[in-house]
Amino acid sequence: MTTFKHWLDRTGMGSVLLLALLLIVVFPLCLDLFRLNLVGKYLCYAFVALGLVMLWGYGGVLSLGQGVFFGLGGYGMAMFLKLEASDPVTTKIQSTPGIPDFMDWNQLTALPMWWEPFRSFPLTLLLVLVVPTLIAFVIGFAMFKRRVGGVYFAIITQAIALILTVLIIGQQGYTGGVNGMTDLKTLLGWDTRTNSAKYILYFVSVGLLLGSIVLCTWIQKSKLGTLLLAMRDKEDRVRFSGYDVSMFRVFAFCLAALLSAIGGAMFTLQVGFMSPSLVGIVPSIEMVIFAAVGGRMSLVGAVYGALLVNFGKTYFSESFPDLWLFLMAAMFIGVVLGFPEGLAGLYTNKVKPWWQRRMAARKAAPVTVAPKRAEPVATTEPGALPPGISSQQT
Amino acid sequence: MSNTDFVLAVEDLTVSFDGFKAIDALNLYVDKNELRVIIGPNGAGKTTLLDLICGKTRASAGSIKFKNGEMTKLPEYEIVRKGIGRKFQTPSIYENLSVFQNLEVSFPRGRGVFGALAFKRDDEVKTRVQAVAAEIGLAETLETEAGLLSHGQKQWLEIGMLLMQDPELLMLDEPIAGMSVRERELTADLLQRICKGRSVIVIEHDMDFVKRIAHKVTVMHQGKILAEGSMEQVQNDPKVVDVYLGH
Repeated sequence: MTTFKHWLDRTGMGSVLLLALLLIVVFPLCLDLFRLNLVGKYLCYAFVALGLVMLWGYGGVLSLGQGVFFGLGGYGMAMFLKLEASDPVTTKIQSTPGIPDFMDWNQLTALPMWWEPFRSFPLTLLLVLVVPTLIAFVIGFAMFKRRVGGVYFAIITQAIALILTVLIIGQQGYTGGVNGMTDLKTLLGWDTRTNSAKYILYFVSVGLLLGSIVLCTWIQKSKLGTLLLAMRDKEDRVRFSGYDVSMFRVFAFCLAALLSAIGGAMFTLQVGFMSPSLVGIVPSIEMVIFAAVGGRMSLVGAVYGALLVNFGKTYFSESFPDLWLFLMAAMFIGVVLGFPEGLAGLYTNKVKPWWQRRMAARKAAPVTVAPKRAEPVATTEPGALPPGISSQQT
Repeated sequence: MSNTDFVLAVEDLTVSFDGFKAIDALNLYVDKNELRVIIGPNGAGKTTLLDLICGKTRASAGSIKFKNGEMTKLPEYEIVRKGIGRKFQTPSIYENLSVFQNLEVSFPRGRGVFGALAFKRDDEVKTRVQAVAAEIGLAETLETEAGLLSHGQKQWLEIGMLLMQDPELLMLDEPIAGMSVRERELTADLLQRICKGRSVIVIEHDMDFVKRIAHKVTVMHQGKILAEGSMEQVQNDPKVVDVYLGH
């Protein structure tokens, strides 16, 4: 038992297990299917938030265009589902049966070449992962090699989000335009709208999310994680220690894009549509808020951030639709000013030390000597280093 | 220019910032195993010269040859990998990492993205870290967070980080700035030890310190070399006395 506790302390896996318990046991038992499906949808955003922890928290590079990769993943999956839903029998009233309905409305008479790969499910899965990563690589390589960073990088990624939205809306015949891709029904003949399918997709999302957290934790604890933090704080020292700083940033950007794409694909599967409203500037900024509220240095925190902000969004937008945007903006500003490390920082810097002081005081209480004052906030304590660096595994 | 025996051969090096020539047709040759000190008044271009050699600033004209290989077009990390190490003026260390980790990160293995992912802290790394830590006098503080070190220790740590890479040319920009008398002595000893088997260029203002360590002194003024030679020669050079040392 003590070795297990020691392992939890050393690896920081305790909080991951707690999250797993919440997602796998508590939510499915306590929430009805409608709410659980909503949680599943929020978890898709959590993938993006995880990517932002790696890119923004660790890499020090803020991207305001993660919706691009979320959208690319989502659209890739949607294209496959749309093709499956557009078989010649169900679309026989169209002037060209067998192509998606929006193509028919836009006078297309044949499926465009670049849609063909999305007839195959394995190929779709591959493209969902590869295309966003590759695009991130090209953008990242072009920018980081030229030492574009900080605000300029954020603005350019935001512009890319806008460009993609305009492109999707403008090319209605190929993309479904502003409506997006709707009426997605089956995955390889399996109806994704049934109750059992919703449960299964929820658990698949949770599994992928927990897997992603473990992967990111491993990266953080590797030398690469240490280097990302080092170049965030002392870029020149890393560069003049013989490292090509730009390629490490490209890696972080690609990783963030890959995670976002997985989130996008799971979103399409669970929600049943994909539209440009999930790609553009506003959703991209919202995704940054999820990571900021949860804590940009904490993977688990980012997941809670995505859940909490989205719960708030659903609740408040149902009750006070006009007020919601202001509330969210206020929350973001409040977090940035009040506790820049988000909920996770609030926990490690305030709640945990307070709890430890309390426990220490209770232990010392029966002794007649006045209880020793707890040491001033223990910043060097293992596993409690939000701003700095987790100790590397030996 | 034909090949030479020098470790570093800088020729006709010029860099201008908006017309102002910070380095003006400068020539400098450094031998193997030499400890060269560069002195000169503020704004003479000493730090700019180091910036040019390590690639932080790009030359407008001229050549920098390290072991007869041209350096002026290489990216910074390639220059480092060829064997040139650079210490910055203010201690530039990773404050949140332990001393051990600071040294480990500087170990020249796993420098690519995937190399870094696969990097393991094996015995070779540990041995090297301990050896370097002993050299710089931080063997007892390996687990200390680097931000908690004293100013002098931080300077040593950065020198140690460079030693991890075992560079053939080591460039130190004011390594004893802000150090106590005792720390200066220790640093002088350290420099004398580490210049065996490699060449070292030091920028320094403290004349007593320069006297202690320098094999050869170069005096810079307005982007040019004013004088070069032993400490004694330089000190008695009327031009140097005029612009720098004072009467």
